[in-house]
Amino acid sequence: MTVADVIVQRRSKPFVALRLWSVLALMIAAFAAAPFLGMPQFVQALVIEILVFSLLALSLNVLLGYTGLVSFGHAAFFGIAGYAIGIIAIHISTDILVTFPLAVLVAALCAVPIGWLSIRLSGFYFLMITFAFAQMVFVAAFRWKPVTGGSDGMIVPGATLFGAPILGSRESFYFFVLAVFTVCAALLYAIVVSRFGRTLVGIRESTPRMRALGYNVRRYKLAAFVVGATFGGVAGVLNSLFNLFIAPESAHWTQSALVLVMVLIGGAGYFVGPIIGATIVLLLQHWLSSYTEYWGLVLGILFIVLITGAREGIAGLVMQGWNHLRGKGP
Amino acid sequence: MLDFLIAQTLNGLVYSMLLFLLALGLSLTFGMLRVINLAHGAFYLMGAYFGLTAWNLTHSFWAAIIVATVGAAIVGMLLERSWLQRFYVRNELDQVILTFGFALVFADIMKMLWGKDIHSIPVPPLLSGAVHIAGTYFPAYRLILVGVGVALFVATWLAIERTRTGALIRASVADRVMVSGLGFNIRLLFTYVFGFGTAIAGLAGVLGAPITGIYPGLDFEVLITTLIVVVVGGLGNISGAFWAALLIGLAETYGKALYPAAASFIIFGLMAAVLLIRAWGRDEEDVE
Amino acid sequence: MTAAVRTSRVSKSYGAFVALKDVDLSVEPGERRAIIGPNGAGKSTLFSIIAGQKPPTSGSIFIDGADMTGARPDQLWARGLSRTFQRNQLFQNLTVWENVELACAAHHRGLFKSVSRDALDDEIGGVLERVNLLGSHDVRVANMAYGEQRQLELALALAGRPRILLLDEPTAGMSPAETQAMLRMMIALPREITILIVEHDMDVVFSLADRVMVLNLGEVLADGTVREIQGNRNVSEVYMGKAL
Ligand SMILES: Nc1ncnc2c1ncn2[C@@H]1O[C@H](COP(=O)(O)OP(=O)(O)OP(=O)(O)O)[C@@H](O)[C@H]1O
Ligand SMILES: [Mg+2]
Repeated sequence: MTVADVIVQRRSKPFVALRLWSVLALMIAAFAAAPFLGMPQFVQALVIEILVFSLLALSLNVLLGYTGLVSFGHAAFFGIAGYAIGIIAIHISTDILVTFPLAVLVAALCAVPIGWLSIRLSGFYFLMITFAFAQMVFVAAFRWKPVTGGSDGMIVPGATLFGAPILGSRESFYFFVLAVFTVCAALLYAIVVSRFGRTLVGIRESTPRMRALGYNVRRYKLAAFVVGATFGGVAGVLNSLFNLFIAPESAHWTQSALVLVMVLIGGAGYFVGPIIGATIVLLLQHWLSSYTEYWGLVLGILFIVLITGAREGIAGLVMQGWNHLRGKGP
Repeated sequence: MLDFLIAQTLNGLVYSMLLFLLALGLSLTFGMLRVINLAHGAFYLMGAYFGLTAWNLTHSFWAAIIVATVGAAIVGMLLERSWLQRFYVRNELDQVILTFGFALVFADIMKMLWGKDIHSIPVPPLLSGAVHIAGTYFPAYRLILVGVGVALFVATWLAIERTRTGALIRASVADRVMVSGLGFNIRLLFTYVFGFGTAIAGLAGVLGAPITGIYPGLDFEVLITTLIVVVVGGLGNISGAFWAALLIGLAETYGKALYPAAASFIIFGLMAAVLLIRAWGRDEEDVE
Repeated sequence: MTAAVRTSRVSKSYGAFVALKDVDLSVEPGERRAIIGPNGAGKSTLFSIIAGQKPPTSGSIFIDGADMTGARPDQLWARGLSRTFQRNQLFQNLTVWENVELACAAHHRGLFKSVSRDALDDEIGGVLERVNLLGSHDVRVANMAYGEQRQLELALALAGRPRILLLDEPTAGMSPAETQAMLRMMIALPREITILIVEHDMDVVFSLADRVMVLNLGEVLADGTVREIQGNRNVSEVYMGKAL
């Protein structure tokens, strides 16, 4: 076999991602059509929540699944952007063309110094320092009453466009979130399959090797951190616009833990893993909380079982099953 | 003003000692087993609840102490034997997730068994008096708590530095042997060390109950502060944990009294600063 | 002629433990230098210091005469230095091709440099051909035999287009047949590449190296041509009866 043969063989391989995307495109089309087919309002609300948290989990997955950085403070950026849009709307303008990009920008800018410092640490210490920074954000939101409203939270003014109120109805917001989610998911996908994304995977697999291969690893880690924070910020903006309210709990460590759980349950490192995880966790939460108050117990057991039996989450299990069916082995 | 300062210092010292008892187990467990046990806070609360039940049945504070310590030790050793042991060869994240899972499970089980109310254990009559020193009255119980903390620090330090078992523990802290190839005795030692850590956490829970109260959520509150102490003191470093406990305990107490808005902000900032100072200038990774 | 690699009084301590003490090493361009010594002598530590992976406690490192003390690994890479690791540092969950792709892509980077897919693919294929791994291009590293993983370790270093190549025990853990194959690959490398190799297999050392440096307990015990080292009593003592 010559080099040319191998190259030809590699290039003729079927493009697997196409299948994934046709499935996702179908699902998005179905969700877009659903309100016309009589999807009840409360289901729309649930879908909105799932999409917002899917986006937050997808953004964390850039760090956790692709770069191998376990951030325990991702909710900080969700919270920062969530507060930023409220503050901007109150003090500057409620026009969504101003508030939305500006709030996301604030989250991204905050991620630069926080990331620059945090990526100097690795493993458990990275986890602890991201946790520390996120808790500082939480405490600031909780205590800085004149700006954030403190523990009472803050009312976020409704969005306008050129002076006219928009996104006022549940249905219009549903379409808005669906569109933003689709665009962001596509962007994130493009990022992780790009050369940049593959470099991140290399860092996850072997940081010393990447450094020896001439990559300035810290620069890539910082870029991944900022990308994650930016899309986390988009999720935070959507959350604030949906609830028209933001409270310090959005940045609390339990929120960071919850997103982490979503990514891990769904399958870190698989693109759709976080979406699966967010969907399952939120559905479980909604259904179970009407039967039992011991929601933590269920979550804890899920954790223990998954980490003991299925490290790669549900997406990993599905992939294993799929490969098994095709007889390719593990 | 002076009274206030003295009172806050004593409160801070008491809090520091409780933190140290918690950090002792966590740090030792990490130093030797390389496991960060996020369920450690649950053992504090568990000890407090065990003690509460024993007190309700016997009205003896001593019985409460014994039941709490032994109970937490047994649950800890069961956890180590049944589950954790398999995870020594896994990476940090897996261990963190596993123990976090157990923390959640323990929290809800305790909620089921003891409810959501705030409980407390009264200070035993023998210790409920106050001691008169230099014109101020100090609650005797608090003074004794500080004594217990210092005594345990000295005892553990001596045990680790001066005994054969201690030498073995030091050796395995310094040189992380492949755990899968370990002999039976080391495995057993691991179980005991883990049990010792959870026992001390349980003890802290019952001793602290008259001061902190007993309520759901306390487990995660103490876990977070303990993690900060252990990180600031250096994972696996017993004397580091002692001094860090003093630092954090006093800083948080003074902070809460003087400038409540910023108290916890300062504590988290302190942890971040310590982490960064230690990491600064160090090479990014160490491999052959 | 300026030395390709030179260390000047390089020392490394871990607390009170001295892993390297005042190591002077000078390797001419194109030279093939073996570094031998018993376990724990400090050979890998020296490599990590030269490659920028660890800072020395004291002393300096020069590459082609330029002081590179304290430089990052990527800066040394930019000067043409590549290395293999004693313990494999591979991208375990990626395929062989993807591994080498990451290594080659480091050269095809930059905002304004347009990347030619064809040129990159040809380069990857060429590297794999040189280490006999073309047939396994689609295999996930985690599923490969250990000997093949060692070959890939070499491939990743070669993909860096090295002028200076550091090889840390490339044949460790290989069968005799695999060792022979690896030796042939190393001998076939272009002579312009300066090679530093740490190796316990003396057959490999003597068939490949021009000169040999012996480290023991962090200090240079001997430094000379293959012939000089073979006749050195001190060296035989350190190796305790192992025939040289
Ligand atoms: N991070 C570290 N902390 C403490 N000691 C270390 C560290 N890294 C290496 N050492 C010690 O430095 C000494 C030299 O190690 P090194 O890996 O360089 O030896 P080597 O010559 O490559 O041995 P081998 O033939 O076994 O590969 C050893 O005694 C090792 O225990
Ligand atoms: Mg070595």
